[in-house]
Order: sequence, then structure tokens, then C-alpha cells
Amino acid sequence: MTVVEPSALALFWAGVIAVAIIAYVVLDGFDLGVGILFGTTRDNELRDGMMNAISPFWDGNETWLVVIGASLFAAFPVVYAVFLPAFYIPVLLLLLGLIFRGVAFEFRYRGSARRLWEWGFFFGSTVVAFVQGAAVGAMIRGIPVVNGQYAGSRFEWLAPLPVFTGIGLVLGYALLGAGWLVLKSDGMLRDWAWPRVPRLAGTVLVVLALATVASIAERDRVIGAVFHGRLWGLVFPALGLLAMLGIFASARHRRDAWPFAMTVLVFLASFATLAVLFWPYMIPYSITVGGAAAPEASLSFLFWGAGLFVLPVIAIYTIAVYWLFRGKMRKRYGQSDGGG
Amino acid sequence: VDLDPVVLSRIQFAFVVSFHIIFPAFTIGLAAWLATLEGTRIATGNSVYRRVFDFWLKVFSLSFGMGVVTGIVMAFQFGTNWSVMAERTGPIQGPLLGYEAFTAFMLEATFFGVMLLGRDRAPPWFYFLSCCMVSLGTMLSSFWILANNSWMQVPLGHTIVDGRIVPADWLAITTGPIMRIRWPHMLLAAFLTTGMSVIATGAWYQLRRQQPAEARVMLHWGLGLVAVIIPVQLFFGHLTGLYVLHYQPAKFAAIEARWTTQQPATEVLIGIPDPSAERNLLAIEVPKLGSYIASGTWDAKEVGLDTFPPEDRPPVIIPFFTFRLMVGMGLIMLAVSWFGVWLGWRRRLDNTRWFLWVAFLSFPTGFVAVLAGWFTAEVGRQPWVVYGLLRTKDAVTPSLATNDVLFSLAAYIAVYAVIYSFGFYYIYRLLRDGPSAAAEGPGDSSLARVPAVAMKSVPGART
Repeated sequence: MTVVEPSALALFWAGVIAVAIIAYVVLDGFDLGVGILFGTTRDNELRDGMMNAISPFWDGNETWLVVIGASLFAAFPVVYAVFLPAFYIPVLLLLLGLIFRGVAFEFRYRGSARRLWEWGFFFGSTVVAFVQGAAVGAMIRGIPVVNGQYAGSRFEWLAPLPVFTGIGLVLGYALLGAGWLVLKSDGMLRDWAWPRVPRLAGTVLVVLALATVASIAERDRVIGAVFHGRLWGLVFPALGLLAMLGIFASARHRRDAWPFAMTVLVFLASFATLAVLFWPYMIPYSITVGGAAAPEASLSFLFWGAGLFVLPVIAIYTIAVYWLFRGKMRKRYGQSDGGG
Repeated sequence: VDLDPVVLSRIQFAFVVSFHIIFPAFTIGLAAWLATLEGTRIATGNSVYRRVFDFWLKVFSLSFGMGVVTGIVMAFQFGTNWSVMAERTGPIQGPLLGYEAFTAFMLEATFFGVMLLGRDRAPPWFYFLSCCMVSLGTMLSSFWILANNSWMQVPLGHTIVDGRIVPADWLAITTGPIMRIRWPHMLLAAFLTTGMSVIATGAWYQLRRQQPAEARVMLHWGLGLVAVIIPVQLFFGHLTGLYVLHYQPAKFAAIEARWTTQQPATEVLIGIPDPSAERNLLAIEVPKLGSYIASGTWDAKEVGLDTFPPEDRPPVIIPFFTFRLMVGMGLIMLAVSWFGVWLGWRRRLDNTRWFLWVAFLSFPTGFVAVLAGWFTAEVGRQPWVVYGLLRTKDAVTPSLATNDVLFSLAAYIAVYAVIYSFGFYYIYRLLRDGPSAAAEGPGDSSLARVPAVAMKSVPGART
């Protein structure tokens, strides 16, 4: 196909979506990760502490998923129309997982059916993480498109590589969650989380290494020439590897802020690696950024309101919330000052 | 009917959107009602308005949360099941729905948090401003949804370049002649839905002889509000009918169950349309009234379904009955509110128990009317998804397998059954316990994706 050069507005919206994906993966990643870790203990005090460490943030974090979806439909309708059918069942599982996770925060405290909501919280978090990872794997393998519509089979996302990346992301989010718990808690919960950091980092490293090899082979098979002419792109996997080492080093000295920061760096490096691998495709390897963009009249209509006004407000609000809740969390938010 | 992906996807969309719309329809009115209460409290200084406010705020936040959770599902339906439509009309529908999502989240991210938890921290004027902004936000949200749907009903303001639908005139798309009728029609419907709920709740407390002061506010305000709004709504309903007659004559003929062109046209008040024989069974008809309703004269010619080729005709049974259901609900609201206001004027409202029972039982009228109206509009638009531009059967995702849609539909039904049972139960419990329980603390707001700032520091929240 002929490659259409993306316009400035198309690049702007592609940039918005890229930033929103990074924000989503890092932010919802840690609370999904805490939800995954939640299922690995039966201790109620630990579980309360985990819920407590993410309850002020999780819903704001999910806002970024909506920003991604809305921006995609508005600015790149072709991508929206190919991506969602390609992942019909995974998207369904994602939505149902998010619903169960969301209500678990509220229903868990209401007494009845507590076990059901706790199970829903863990299971929902795990499923959401897995399908997101599987989607990445399926994208690396390439998404077949004919006449602007998805033309692959229904279970491409259950091929070996996507299953691998799915498990990888579950572990990766768990690592991010463990880093968050170390950062935001103290006492028993932090002591519980610390030893899990290097263990999770080790397994993530193994899965990531295997996935990388498999990815390069797949990409090579589909369009040939990995990093062709973009050897500088290798700097990102190298950076990710350094950050991984940073996690192990920090686990020795138990510096509370390090595991989370280093894991974020690993995720950023992975994202950049994928971006170099995929560019200029938005749907690898059939639809480019330029080819997928909505008409200029749509992009500019969106730009003057949502781009210039709404997105900055959401960004400022997000920063304000994290600033407000900086430092260790010592109390359950609902039980401050003897109220209740 | 064969269970193919098109039919199943339509059922799935109808299912998730029907369960979604009842919450926005409720919260648009509630937000305006809360802003009104807060304004009245500031103006009068009467603390009863504060107690009524605190009570409805809890109902609002729970309903808002249910609306958000089910709304996220909606945001993905167009892509998963209707990808051809998403791809073809994305340049217009994408930005409209994008703005809706952005508007809703902006509102949530800022003023809703203040409204839920800022009572003790913000100055009264700012708190009131936040209430007004939340109300404005819910109305803006409905603006984008209605702009999008109106474009699907009567597409305008676009050009077609190389087979691609390209927006040409955003002003026409967002504020076209249809939009100017349908958006107010929806807003008024939302106000009526909330109004009837407030009336019923007040009547419930009066019947149980609980919290008379708060119940009086709900009953008297609600009845007054509905009594004023309902005639305006009937007028906008009439305008909606005229746009349908002009732009979608096939839908109009289906609503009227007019199988053949008539001059003068009779009006079928009620009956059972029989699509296979193309006639109406057990019909009660008024001669010439059909011409008068449509054209304003007693002998005008009105087109019937036979004017349209079979593949362009909408189904008749659903639009025929849902339209009458909607109008019937409107007439009940008219009767209840006007009679209630008359009773109030005679100072007999609070102890006419049979009327309180009627008012209590008319609680679902607004919800039923909203759903019935939307069914009329959406089913009547068939066989088009975008009227005249794209047929529903051509809009479905080509790669979709029947089993996948069966699975997703079953999953949505199962999960919604669980979530809605609990959600409705909690709302019921809030309403049952009433304002005195609400006064104990603003907690319980729960399901709502309460903005982060909010969660903190409220004594009693989430206990």
C-alpha cells in the first residue's frame, strides 16, 4: 500500500494516544498489579492495606483507557474499527473484568458476599492484565486487514506469542504493583512486598527475554528486517535491561522509591522498543498513522476543544491527585480522624 | 428470525444501551434538582432543603456510578460489533462521541468531587457553582449523545469524498433542525423521569407517615415541576412527530400502522398490527383524525407503508406499541401532576391517601416513557443505522462469528444481572431509609467512580 504522510494534526493525536497509553499502562498497571497480588494472600490485614494503597487512584487511572478509546474512534476510526473486532472476546473480558474490579472496591465493605467481590477483584485484575498483554503479542505477530476490516481468525490472541506476552504483562503489572506497595506502605505490608520485588523481576526478565526472541522472529517472518535502518532503536531494550538491574540492586539496599521508578523505566523502554518496531504502522503491519487518520475537518474540530482544553485539565487534575496523596499511606481513607 | 451476527448484535446493543440509558436519564434530572435545592437553601436558609439535598446526593452518586460503569461498555460497542459503521462514519461520530467522553470525565474529574465531599471545605457560593457545573455537564453529555443520534436519524452537514463520509459543517451537525427538537425533548424527558421519582419517594414517606417535612418538599416541588414541564414536553413531542413525518415518512407510517396510503387518513388509536396480512386486528379507529394529526387538515393524503419497497420498511409492531406506551405514560404524568397540584392548592394533598398511592405507583412512568420513546426512534429508523446512508445489515463487523456474539450477549446478561441486582438493592435501601439516615453522613456513595480527591478524608465514607 502507498504510505500516506501523516499531517501535523494526525501526529498530534497519535502523540496524545501514545502519551495516554503510557499513562494508562503505568498508572492502571500498578493498581491492576496490586489486584493481582491481592489474590496471592489470604491475610485480611494485608488485603485491606492493598485496597487502601490504590483506592484513591484506581478510577482516575482508568480514565486514561477512556481517553485512548475516545481519541482512537475520533482521530483514527479505521484503527478503532479493526482493533476492537480483532480482539472481540478479549475486549469483552476486559470490560467485564473492569466492571467486577470497580464494584469490588465498593461492595467489599458492605458485608454480604465479601468473598465473591474479593475473588472478582483478583480475577478481574488478572484477566484485564492478561488480555492487554495478549493484544500486544498479537500486534507483534501482525493483524491481517482486508478493505479496512479485520480479516484474521477469532483466536489469534491465543497463539503462543500472545499467551506469552499476556503472562508477561500479568507478571509485569504485579511487579509494578509490588513496587507501588513498597513505595506507599510501611510495616507489615512493605515487609511482605519487598521480597516479591526481586522474585517477580526475575520471572519478568525471563519471560521478557523469551518474548523478545519470539517477537524478533515473528516480525522478521512477517515483514523482514528487524530494526532495519533503525539500529539506534536498540538503545531502548538496553535501557530496559539497565533498569532491570536497577531493580535487583535496589532490592539489596531496600530503597523504597526505587523498584517502582525502575519498573516504570522498564515499561517506558518496552513501549519505546515497540514503537520503533511498529512505526509507521498503527495496526501492524497494514495500517499506517497517516493512512488511518480521520479527515482534517474531524481532527481540527477535536483539537480546538478536547486537545487544547480538556486534555490539559485531565493532566493537571491527575498530577494534583498524586501530589495530594504523596508519601506513605498510613490510614484507611474512609476511617480518618476517628470518623466512620 | 435467524440468529445471525446482525440480529444478535442488535439485541446486545439494545440490551446494554437500555440498561445504560435509565441511569443518565435519571441523573440529568437529579443534577438539576440538586442544584435547584442548593440554590433554594441559600436563598431561604431553610435547613429542610439541606436534608433533602443530602439524601438525593447519595442517590445521585450511586446512580452516576452505575451510569459510568455501563457507559464504558457503550464506548466499545460501535467498534466491536459495528465496525463497518465505525469506519465509515467515524469521522463524524468519533468526534461527537469523543467529546461526550471528554465532557463526562472532565465533569467527573472536577466538580463532582467538590459536590460529593467539598461541603465543609468550599465556600457556599463555590459549592453551589459546583452543583450547577455538574448539572451543566450532564446536559452537555446528553447534547453530544443527541447530536450523534440525530445525525444517525437525519444525516446532514457532510459530504462524500471518494466514498468517504467527511464532515463539512459542524454547526449543522451539532445544532441542526432535528437536534433543536430532540435534545430538548430528551432533557425534558429526563426532568420528568426524575420528577416522577421524587414525587413517588415523597408520597412513599407520606404513606408511611415518615419525615413529613422532607416528604412535603419532594411531593409539592415534584408535582409543581412535572405539572409545568409536561405540557411543554407534549409540545416538543408533537414537533418530534413532525420531523419524523417530514424526514422519515416510513417511520411515521409504521408508528401509525398505516399500511396503505389514505385520503383522508384514519387514526388507529389502538389495535394489533399484523405484518403478514398488512392490516390491523381489533383496531379502534377515528376517521379523518390521521390527516388532522399529520397535516392539520381533515382531508389530507397521508402516505402508507405500501409507498415504500419492502426492503426499506421499518418493523411496525415495536414502534406502534412503544409510541403509544410513551404517549400513555405522558398522559398519566399529566393527570397525576395536574390533579396533585389541584389537591395541593386545596390543601388536601398530604392526606389524600388514595392519591398518594397513585403518585407512589407512578414512579416508573418516566423511565418507561424514556425507554419506549427511544425504542420508537431506533426501531423506527430501521432498516437503516444511518438513515439513507448505511443499512444496519451492512454496518455489522464482517469478521464477527455468531458464537462470539452469543457468548458476549450471555456474558453481559449474566454480569448485569449480578451488578444490577446489587445496585438496585442499594438504591432501594437508600430510598427506603430516607433523609434522616442520609443525614448521618455522606458515605455509601460507593459505586460512583468518585474522584480520587474525594475518597480521602470524608469521615464515614465507605463504611
